[in-house]
Amino acid sequence: MMMTSLIVYNVVILSAIAIVAAVVLYFTAKKFKVETNPLVDEIAAMLPQANCGACGSAGCQNFAARCATASADDFANLYCPVGGQKVMSKVAERLGYTAQEKERTCAVLHCNGTCQNAPDKVQYVGLKSCRLASRVFVGNTGCPNGCLRMGDCVRNCPFGALEINKVTGLPQVNPEKCTSCGACVRICPRGLFEIRPMGKDGVRVYVACNNTQKGAQARKNCKAACIGCMKCSKICPDVKVENNLSHIPASVSAEEFGEQLAANCPTGAIIFTGKKNEQN
Amino acid sequence: MLKVSTAPHIYSPTDTRTIMRDVIIALAPAGIVAIVLFGLNALITIATAVAGCVFFEYAACRYWLKTRPSTSDLSAVVTGILLAYNLPCNMPIWMVLIGCFVAIIVTKVAFGGIGKNLFNPALAGRVFLFVSFPVQMTTWVNPNWKDFLNVDVTTSATTLGILKHADKGTSFFELADKLPSYSDMFWGNIGGSMGEISAIALLLGLFWMLYRRVISWHIPTFYIGTFMLLNIVFWFLTGKATCEPLTQLLSGGLLLGAFFMATDYTTSPMSVGGKIIFAIGCGVLTFVIRQYGSYPEGVSFAILIMNAFVPLIDKMCHPRIFGTGRK
Amino acid sequence: MNKIKSFKIGGIHPNKYKISSDVAISDAGLPETVVIPVRQHIGAPAKVLVQKGDKVKVGTLLADLDGIVSADVHSSVSGEVLKIEDQEVSSGYFEKMITIKVEGDEWEEGIDRTPDIVRDIEASPDEIVKTLRESGIVGMGGAGFPTPIKVDIPEGKTADCVILNGIECEPYLTADDRLMQEYAEQIVIGARILNKALGIQKAIIAIDENKPAAIEALQKVTREYVGVNVQVCATKYPQGAEKQLIAAVTGREVPPGCLPIDVHCVVQNVGTAFAIYEAVQKHKPLFERIVTVSGDGVKHPQNFRVRVGTPASYLIDKVEKDGETGKIIFGGPMMGTAGINIDAPVTKITSGILLLKAETVVTPEVSPCIRCGTCVEVCPQGLEPFAITNFVRNGQYQEAKRIHVLDCIECGCCSYSCPARIPLLDYCKLAKYEIRKKK
Repeated sequence: MMMTSLIVYNVVILSAIAIVAAVVLYFTAKKFKVETNPLVDEIAAMLPQANCGACGSAGCQNFAARCATASADDFANLYCPVGGQKVMSKVAERLGYTAQEKERTCAVLHCNGTCQNAPDKVQYVGLKSCRLASRVFVGNTGCPNGCLRMGDCVRNCPFGALEINKVTGLPQVNPEKCTSCGACVRICPRGLFEIRPMGKDGVRVYVACNNTQKGAQARKNCKAACIGCMKCSKICPDVKVENNLSHIPASVSAEEFGEQLAANCPTGAIIFTGKKNEQN
Repeated sequence: MLKVSTAPHIYSPTDTRTIMRDVIIALAPAGIVAIVLFGLNALITIATAVAGCVFFEYAACRYWLKTRPSTSDLSAVVTGILLAYNLPCNMPIWMVLIGCFVAIIVTKVAFGGIGKNLFNPALAGRVFLFVSFPVQMTTWVNPNWKDFLNVDVTTSATTLGILKHADKGTSFFELADKLPSYSDMFWGNIGGSMGEISAIALLLGLFWMLYRRVISWHIPTFYIGTFMLLNIVFWFLTGKATCEPLTQLLSGGLLLGAFFMATDYTTSPMSVGGKIIFAIGCGVLTFVIRQYGSYPEGVSFAILIMNAFVPLIDKMCHPRIFGTGRK
Repeated sequence: MNKIKSFKIGGIHPNKYKISSDVAISDAGLPETVVIPVRQHIGAPAKVLVQKGDKVKVGTLLADLDGIVSADVHSSVSGEVLKIEDQEVSSGYFEKMITIKVEGDEWEEGIDRTPDIVRDIEASPDEIVKTLRESGIVGMGGAGFPTPIKVDIPEGKTADCVILNGIECEPYLTADDRLMQEYAEQIVIGARILNKALGIQKAIIAIDENKPAAIEALQKVTREYVGVNVQVCATKYPQGAEKQLIAAVTGREVPPGCLPIDVHCVVQNVGTAFAIYEAVQKHKPLFERIVTVSGDGVKHPQNFRVRVGTPASYLIDKVEKDGETGKIIFGGPMMGTAGINIDAPVTKITSGILLLKAETVVTPEVSPCIRCGTCVEVCPQGLEPFAITNFVRNGQYQEAKRIHVLDCIECGCCSYSCPARIPLLDYCKLAKYEIRKKK
C-alpha cells in the first residue's frame, strides 16, 4: 500500500516537472528563434570557412549573405580569393550567374634582407614580435624599411603558407598554400607583402626591396638593397623608380623582361621566379 | 654586440625559483620536527616523495609535454615535500610513489604543467591515497624522539579522531584527559601527518614567507579567522566537545593547509578580494566537514573544493581601475 | 615636515642605484659638431628657418613651431650650419636634423648670462605664455609635451594648484636631484612664474624621500615664498608618473582618458620649471639641459650640463666606459628606450644616458605563468596584466580593450616584478598598438 502511493507520487511529480520544462523550452525556442535564409547557409557551406576576411566581408557567413542578395553586376565584384575560381563558379552556378575569370594570385615579400645580405648589427632580446620591435627600434639589420625577421606574418598566416627560412631568416611564401587572403599584408608593420598575380607557370618578377634611402645609405645595411640606379627602367620603361626605389608593376611581362631585369640589377634586388632560375 | 629590448631594462631579483626556494626554507622547520620526532621513517618518506615528484615532473615534461623540463624551478620539490607532510610517517614507499604520480602526472601535467593545474597537486595526491588506502593513511605513529631508527613503534588516534568518535553527549572537559595538552600540540608532540603536528614550526615558516613577501597575509588570516569564528560561536551556542576552538586550531592539518596549501599561487585567486572569498570558503567548508562530515579532518577536501571555484572567483573579482569606482 | 604621501594602488621598490647623486653638475663643454633634431617633442616637427652655410649664434632660432602642438628649436652653439638632412636617432630611424659646426661660443644678445637670481616677475601672464612658446619649452621629464599648451588652460577648466614633479623615481637618474640641490631658488621662482601665468597662488613641489639634500635645499627656500610648499613623497616607483603624483599629493585621481587639468592640477617637471625661469627671467631659450650619464658600464658617473645636439658618444667618452657595453639606454632603466646609435644627439627630453655592462644585461628566460598575482598587485593603474597577456597571445585585442588595456601607463612594474619573466608590458603595448591601429 505504502509502496504504491510512493510510486504514484513519483510518477505524478516527475511528469509534472517534465510538462512544465517542455512548455518553457517550447516558448524559449520560439522567442529566440533566429531567422536564417536557407540560400545563405547553402552558399556558406560551399565556402572554405576560413573566416579570414580576405574577401572584404566579416567572415564566410557574411560573404555568403552578400552573395545571396547581390545582383549579377554586384556579384561580379565579389570574389573569394581563398576558394578561388572553383568555389566562385560553384556559387555562381547556384545563383544562376556566371563567375568572372580571375587570375590566381599569391603574396610576395618585398625584401631580400637575408641573414647574409643584411647581417644583424644588434641583438633584440624582447618579445619576438615585428609590430612591437619596429616601434622600439629600426630592427636588428639597421634597415628602416626592411624585414625584421621575427615572424609576425608566419604566426598570423591562417593557411600555414608562410615559414621562416632557416638559412635566410626571411619568411618564405609557399605559393601552393597561399590563398592571397592578405593577412600578411595587414600584419606586416613595414608593409612588405603584396598580393601579385601568380604569373603563367609561376613566373613572376618583382623588386625585393622597400628601402627608400639613398643608395649609399641603403647599401650600408643591406647588400641586396635597391639603390635606385635606374638600370631597370631603361630595360623596361614601365618600371618606375621613385624615392630611390624601383617598382615593377604587375603589368610588366615576366616572360619578356623578367630574366633580363634580374640579371642586370647590380645588387640583386630584383627577383625573377622562372624556369630558368630553377635550373641554376 | 649591443642588445636592444623593450623597457624595462632591469628586473626584480625574485623569480619562480627563488620563490620556490623560499617556500622550501619555510617548510624546513616542520620537516626537522618530523624527522626528530618520527625518526628514520619520516626522512625516508620525505626523500621518496621529493624524488618521486621530481622524477615524474622531469619525465613528463621531457617525453609527454615535450617542453623544457620545469624541474629546475623547484616547484616539484615543493609538491613532494607538501605531499610527504600530508602523510603518516610509516607509509609504504610504493604508496608514496603512487601519491607522487597522482600529484604530478594526473593533477599537474595533465592540465598543462606548472601554472595550469586546477587543483593543488599535493592535496590531490593525498586525497587519492586517503580514499585508496584508508588503513595506512590513518595509522598514526606516536612521536618518540629517542627512537630514531623506529624500532619500537606505537600508534594512537589523532586528536580530531578522538573528538569525532567520542559519545555525543560527552563534554570537552570529560574528554580532556584523553587529549594531548595544548603545549604538546603547540610544539608537536602528538600523532598525525608528518608536517602538521608542530604549530610552532609551521608558524616559523609562515613568518618567513610573509617576511620574504612570498605570500600575502590574506588567505591564512581569513581562513583561520573564519574557521575560529564559527568554532567559537558554536562552542558557546552548543557546548559541543568538537567545537573547542583552541584544540580545533592546533590539531589536524589546519595550519599546514592554511599556510602552505591554500596559499598555493596556481590554485588560489589572484586578486585580494578573490583571496578573501576563497579563504572564507575554505574556513566554512573545513568547519562543516569537521563537524558534520564522516571524516574527522576536512582541510584537504575544503581546499580542493574551493580550488574548483577559483576560475569563477577570478572572473568575479577584479582590482579597482585607477581613477574610477568601477571594477 | 608634513606627512609623507604616496599613491595607493600598486607600485614597486626597485634598487635605486643612485650612484651619481653626490656628483655636482659639471659643464660637458662643446663638441666639434652638434646635430639638432627639429622634432624633440610630441607633435609636429618644427619648420626649418636656416640654410646650409648660415652662421648661427647660441640661442638663434633654427626652426619655427608648426601648428599648435609643436615647439621652437634654437641653436645650442655658435657656428656654421653644415647640412640639413635626415640622420639616425637613437632607435636607428631617421629624422630631420640640423648639423652645426661649432666655432667659438658667441651668444645671442639679450640673454642674461650672469649668475644673479632675478626674483621679481615682471612679465604679464600673456607675456609669460608667449615667452614660453618663443623659447621652445617642452616638458623635460621625458614625454616632451609643449609647455605653453599646458599653461594655456582651455575654456571652462580651472586650475587651483601647480605641482612641480621633483620625483625622480627611475633608478640611476639624478639630474633632477642635482638640479634641486643646486638651483633650488630658481626652481621656486619657476613655480611662481607658472602661478602667475595661471592666476593662482598655490604650488607644491613634490620630492621623494630618498633625496634629503634636495628636500632640505628647497624647504629652506620655500620659507620665503608664501604659497609654495614642499611635499615629501614615499620612495616608490612610479611615484613620478603624472597620474600617480597627483593622486599622492592631492588625493585626486585623474579618470581614464582625462588630463590633469580635469582635476584642477598643472604638473611640470622641476627641470621644466628651471627652464621656465631661465626663459622668462634670463631670456634664455631652451637649448641645454642636465643629463645623467651613469650605469654600471661607466667608470665615473656624472651629471652634465649638456647643449642640445651633443652626440651621446661625446658624453660617454668623458665618463669612460668600463668593460664591454651591453646596452645603451636613453632615459631611465624602467621606461627608457634602448638605443642602437651611440652617436645619437641629446635632445630636450634626454634625462639620462645609461650604459649597462655586457655581463649584467641578462636575456630574461621566459617560463610559464604561475598565477602568483604579482603583476596585479604592482600595477599602479589597477589592471590585470596577466589577463591582457593571455588575450593578446590569442589575438583577442578587443577583449584586452574590454579589460582596460588602454589605461596602461607603460610604467613597466609588471614586467619588472614578474617571477616568470613574462614580458607583460610588451603584450600590453602590442595590444594598445593594435587597438589604436584598428580605430
